[in-house]
Amino acid sequence: MGLDQTKPGMNTQVTRQLHNFHGGLVFETYKDITSKIVAIQHPLPQKIILPLRQHIGIPAVPVVKIGDYVLKGQLIARADGYVSIPLHASTSGKVIDIGDYPVPHAGKAVATCIVIKPDGEERWADIEPTENFLSIDPKQLQEIIRSSGIAGLGGAGFPAHVKLNEGVVNVVDTLIINGVECEPYITCDDRLIREKAHYVVAGTRMIRHAVQARQCVIAVEEDMPEAYAALAQWIDDDIELIKVPTRYPSGGEKQLIQVITGKEVPSGGLAIHIGIVMHNVATAAAVYRAVTRGEPVISRYVTITGKVGTPRNLQVLLGTPVSDCLRACGYEHNENHRVIMGGPMMGIHINNPDIPVIKTTNCILVKEIQPIPAEMPCIRCGNCVDVCPIKLLPQQLYWHARSENLEETKKFHIFDCIECGCCSYVCPSHIPLVQYYRYAKTRIAAEERKREGADHARQRFMQRQHRLEEEAQEKLLPQVSTISESDSLIADPDIIKSYIEAAVARTRDKRHQSRITDLEDKDG
Amino acid sequence: MADTILLSSPHKHDGSTIRSIMFKVCMALLPGLLCNIWYFGPGVMWQCLYATVFALLTEAILLTVRKRDLRLFLGDGTAIVTAWLFALMISPLVPWWVSLTGISFGLVFAKHLYGGLGHNLFNPAATGYIFVLLCFPVIMNHWPVMRELSAGIDVISGATPLGDTQTRLAAMDMISEIQIGPLYGMFAGAGWEWVNLAYLAGGCWLVISGIISWRIPFGVAGGVFVVSTLFSLYNPDLYASPLFHLFSGGTMLGAFFIATDPVTASTTPRGKIIYGCLIGLIAFVLRTWGAYPDGIAFAVLIANAAVPLIDRYTRPNILGE
Ligand code: SF4
Ligand code: SF4
Repeated sequence: MGLDQTKPGMNTQVTRQLHNFHGGLVFETYKDITSKIVAIQHPLPQKIILPLRQHIGIPAVPVVKIGDYVLKGQLIARADGYVSIPLHASTSGKVIDIGDYPVPHAGKAVATCIVIKPDGEERWADIEPTENFLSIDPKQLQEIIRSSGIAGLGGAGFPAHVKLNEGVVNVVDTLIINGVECEPYITCDDRLIREKAHYVVAGTRMIRHAVQARQCVIAVEEDMPEAYAALAQWIDDDIELIKVPTRYPSGGEKQLIQVITGKEVPSGGLAIHIGIVMHNVATAAAVYRAVTRGEPVISRYVTITGKVGTPRNLQVLLGTPVSDCLRACGYEHNENHRVIMGGPMMGIHINNPDIPVIKTTNCILVKEIQPIPAEMPCIRCGNCVDVCPIKLLPQQLYWHARSENLEETKKFHIFDCIECGCCSYVCPSHIPLVQYYRYAKTRIAAEERKREGADHARQRFMQRQHRLEEEAQEKLLPQVSTISESDSLIADPDIIKSYIEAAVARTRDKRHQSRITDLEDKDG
Repeated sequence: MADTILLSSPHKHDGSTIRSIMFKVCMALLPGLLCNIWYFGPGVMWQCLYATVFALLTEAILLTVRKRDLRLFLGDGTAIVTAWLFALMISPLVPWWVSLTGISFGLVFAKHLYGGLGHNLFNPAATGYIFVLLCFPVIMNHWPVMRELSAGIDVISGATPLGDTQTRLAAMDMISEIQIGPLYGMFAGAGWEWVNLAYLAGGCWLVISGIISWRIPFGVAGGVFVVSTLFSLYNPDLYASPLFHLFSGGTMLGAFFIATDPVTASTTPRGKIIYGCLIGLIAFVLRTWGAYPDGIAFAVLIANAAVPLIDRYTRPNILGE
């Protein structure tokens, strides 16, 4: 099925044939709840908790000490190696702790964070704008983007400069700026485009210069007419603006590439291998700020929605605890609710309201807890096969993952699974398929690391980060999965075991403590 | 709150359950069931009732023995669908103990010995049917005379159009001579053609509502149609017309309801078509040259056995492969 697209802003009408991707789902989007309301600036929180790793890759290394006074936008942790990005203070204040705090990562309980107590002054560090980006070398532009700490703000958190650099090494045919928010409820990109269309378009041009792309496309969903119109005002012949049909997961990288270009990202490969670089609209806007003002990424749009008093989008400083954002939207904690960071299809269920908003947080969704129907055996109905956008055989994957037949799961391309959740969504037996896949992926990754030995593993590990890290989640909850990347390089099972035990104990203490402080806060 | 169990994404579901699917399958069987009752009398309904009771009893015992959650698995509705399919395959004249034998054999040997729901290789209803057919061929081949033909007389046993055609072909009669008899209707067996059309209607509804894939029934009907057309073109005196094959016996029941049992059918898109065609082909061969009048149930079982192979060789290429 192809849909004709008319490109506005051109004298001659150019049409682009859109393509289809396999499977997917069409469902109620619930975007109206928040899409019509202007985003407001969220007030300064009591505490800013900044995880050293908010991206896929190696965590940043702190360059400040406890007790230091930091300025807004000041570098507080430097990048460690290529697949890593620096971290900046979201506001001015005092560093009160550098230690383990709960973080939003599927299955990971805690990770190292820098905690800042805001002084309320919002004093900026010296930042320097870049004049006329077109005149500077693409490489240099990339460096600017990198030093601003820009990770894919769409959700996966892939360091932006890595994509950009890969883009320069390889020839980029098409740059796609992704404004397709296919998950229900989420409207942060929609709001961002409507309110800052100029940033998005200008940022797009900058990224284009940085990767020297031949063609450039901005894509939004069909049900975002206002965003489309806002962008259309700013673009020229140099950028093609496209509406794609509303179908989950059309905003997934592989799916959007397929819809726009008809090309398939090779299994196990990257988009750049077929000459495509994709970035999120929020990334484009962040690039604009980084270049024209020298501002690093310190805040983002977040949709607060679901069972909250006044659902809306907020402009939130990175590191703001989720509980703060929820309170701002009139939410009272309720035992019957569950808080999800991200959308209902791919978001992570967070069990600690102190978890901070990070670079990849696009949505905080509060849902009512519904009884989970019992998991029945797979009846091979094939519903999952019909909806899988990657054309995998989810029921076969499940079969092998369940019987711990890890080699077989690899043969059935488990690492191509994007965890979109379509298969679980339609499974009449209510099998948590995605959970099984995550489990199998984690097991395979762990086994490979063990086999290859620590040194080699580190290398491999870095290469595989973008595929694995985000997906790594142990099936059986935090115990096992507290192994953070540097620790998991230890090959000795005993060391791992004792580490895990220590981590579990730490977590428990932390939680206990945080609960006590919570109580104290309330009392006081 | 900190101790809440972390739930894996997605946090949404379309709400379908095995039970809701089985309920829809039963609904889709209703037109065929009513049509059957109309032509063959209330005996059909009694068969369904017995079969349901026997199936639930057998299932309950088996689940208890295997220590499974009775409420959960008995409530999934799969045993009821098995029962109805079995009841609709057999003649309303078949005594209850035969029905009990068939149902329990199917459930024990085809379903629970393989590990229960979701693990069976063979369709339980077809297995049960074949078992009693082999054990009690005479009883199983006695059908009541169609409502319109019996003209006041209650129930007299007779042959089905498929059976009649088979015996008389063996007696050197020609199709053109055979099929002018009162057993035959407009394009297939009298009455049977309507029963089959009713199954077709119910089946189409299942396809439209997304419960079953069009590929399997399409494959079965296509398989039957293509071979029977070829043979009837080759010699219309020896081989019945494609319409006769499509709308006689259990063709439509098999195509839409038995072959599509998800557990025992192929799961890949191409595999489903191949699997369907295989059933159609085998059914035709068995009807034409086999020892029993109808071959659908045998065909399904044979194709069931081929499913692992079919699935293996029809694995679709994944994105970017
Ligand atoms: S949807 Fe569920 S029951 Fe159906 S084949 Fe897939 S895993 Fe099995
Ligand atoms: S979660 Fe994986 S297997 Fe399931 S539909 Fe998405 S890509 Fe396919």
